[in-house]
Amino acid sequence: MKVLAPISLIGRIATNVVEFLGQLALLLHSAVTMVRPALISGRGKRLGWRNLWAQMVRVGVNSVGIVSLVVFCIGAILSLQMEPILKQYGATDKIADIIGVAMFRELGPLVAAITLTGFAGASIAAELGTMKVSEELEALESQAISPVRFLVVPRVLATTLMMICLAVIADIMGVLGGLFVCTFVLDISAELYLRATFSAIEMKDFLGGLFKSGVFGCVLSLIACHLGTNVQGGAEGVGHATTKTVVYTIVALTFIDLGFTAAFFFMGV
Amino acid sequence: MNDLAIKVSAATKRFGKRTVLDQINLDVKLGETLVILGGSGSGKSTLLRMMIGSIPIDGGDIEVMGKTLSKLTTAELDEYRTSIGVLFQSGALYNSMSIADNIALPLREHTDLEEATIEILVKIKLELVGLREHATKLPSEISGGMKKRAGLARAMALDPKILFYDEPSAGLDPVTSAEIDELIIKLNKVLGVTSVVVTHEMDSAFRIADRMVLLDRGKFIVSGTADEMKNSQDPLVRQFVYGLTEGPLTERKRTGSYESDLLMENI
Repeated sequence: MKVLAPISLIGRIATNVVEFLGQLALLLHSAVTMVRPALISGRGKRLGWRNLWAQMVRVGVNSVGIVSLVVFCIGAILSLQMEPILKQYGATDKIADIIGVAMFRELGPLVAAITLTGFAGASIAAELGTMKVSEELEALESQAISPVRFLVVPRVLATTLMMICLAVIADIMGVLGGLFVCTFVLDISAELYLRATFSAIEMKDFLGGLFKSGVFGCVLSLIACHLGTNVQGGAEGVGHATTKTVVYTIVALTFIDLGFTAAFFFMGV
Repeated sequence: MNDLAIKVSAATKRFGKRTVLDQINLDVKLGETLVILGGSGSGKSTLLRMMIGSIPIDGGDIEVMGKTLSKLTTAELDEYRTSIGVLFQSGALYNSMSIADNIALPLREHTDLEEATIEILVKIKLELVGLREHATKLPSEISGGMKKRAGLARAMALDPKILFYDEPSAGLDPVTSAEIDELIIKLNKVLGVTSVVVTHEMDSAFRIADRMVLLDRGKFIVSGTADEMKNSQDPLVRQFVYGLTEGPLTERKRTGSYESDLLMENI
């Protein structure tokens, strides 16, 4: 029995992962089928533009400050860490190139998504979980108002759209973080830094990063909504859902990013 | 048949291996207030959730206003849900919305009424439950009894033909509880609404019921008017109705051997 235990554990984990992915896919399917009629239909299928706008403010606008601060600091940290190494090869002027490409292709979208996971993902899971516990979701269903249409669709749309906007801000703030250190600490002129940045970044880096951000936002919000609306038990269940949202999302984002990077690498993009 | 609002035929519900409702039959007449009594875990809330289309039935049928719930498509089920109202145990108000918005939501979602008309309708519903002056408050700013009344106003938003109440008096003081009961009676008499009330509060049940049924271990064991229930000679009914500490219900709890449980003889 003991010999088979690890195999059984691996099997159980694999089953759970596949089941979880299946549930996310079903939720995505329900949300997508609800978006279309919501945009073009009237009675009983309204998206609730006020609701969507409120979610965009909550997820996006309110997190601009924290995302900007985190990515600005990462830009600054990268500059300080790279300078001693690049100096050995007389290539300190490459700091701007590296930060620019890293930010636009990778760090801007990823760090913004991870920050948003803690800021908005956990909050969405806790909110929907509390609504489940207090019978609000059941009340919506009893009034023929689909919780997916009324609650999930606005949150997924808002997070996806705002994640793309946040990635643009994160890209810029990361570059500015590097610029700040280079200008005030490393004696690299701002003009040189910006010129190097613009020459290093290509449109495909920018667009690829934005596409990734959209996927990150969609996955982040789907996980939060799924775990929130499936809370079992009371306050403890809400706590579990919140923690699981943060952990599962960060793992998912990392794997998705790895997938994108591998795909771009092999496609030569 | 035509004077029936709800007809439950051999309804069965299982959760895993446990049978919660075992082939139960129930008729609810149009315009009557039927109270479903039962202890905790007797299956009464499960039955209510099946009647509102919240959980699927495993066997038998539930017909509401001539429609068999298990045969309805998603769209038909939604249409059915707009014709009923449900008051949940906690009130289940949407905490992010004001009381007025809670009541306006189903009107905004399911009708093409102008916002000004919706505002008037909301005021009418709030006046009916005595909460008009609290319209702009959030659910967190009002008391438990007020939440129940607001929940009732929301349940009535689309002028339903049938209202389902899940433990309307639970957790309320006697005066507030009596006020909720009066509201239920008023809605039944004035608007002719058919009411199905799930409760274990006997005072409330006697006040509002035209007819009562007692559910025990997934089966109805008795049905009758308040007087018939009071005069029943069935020991189980008498124990439940009068809240006696000695009787079949407490006896049953004792039969699971405490000693063998302690000694883990069943493991």
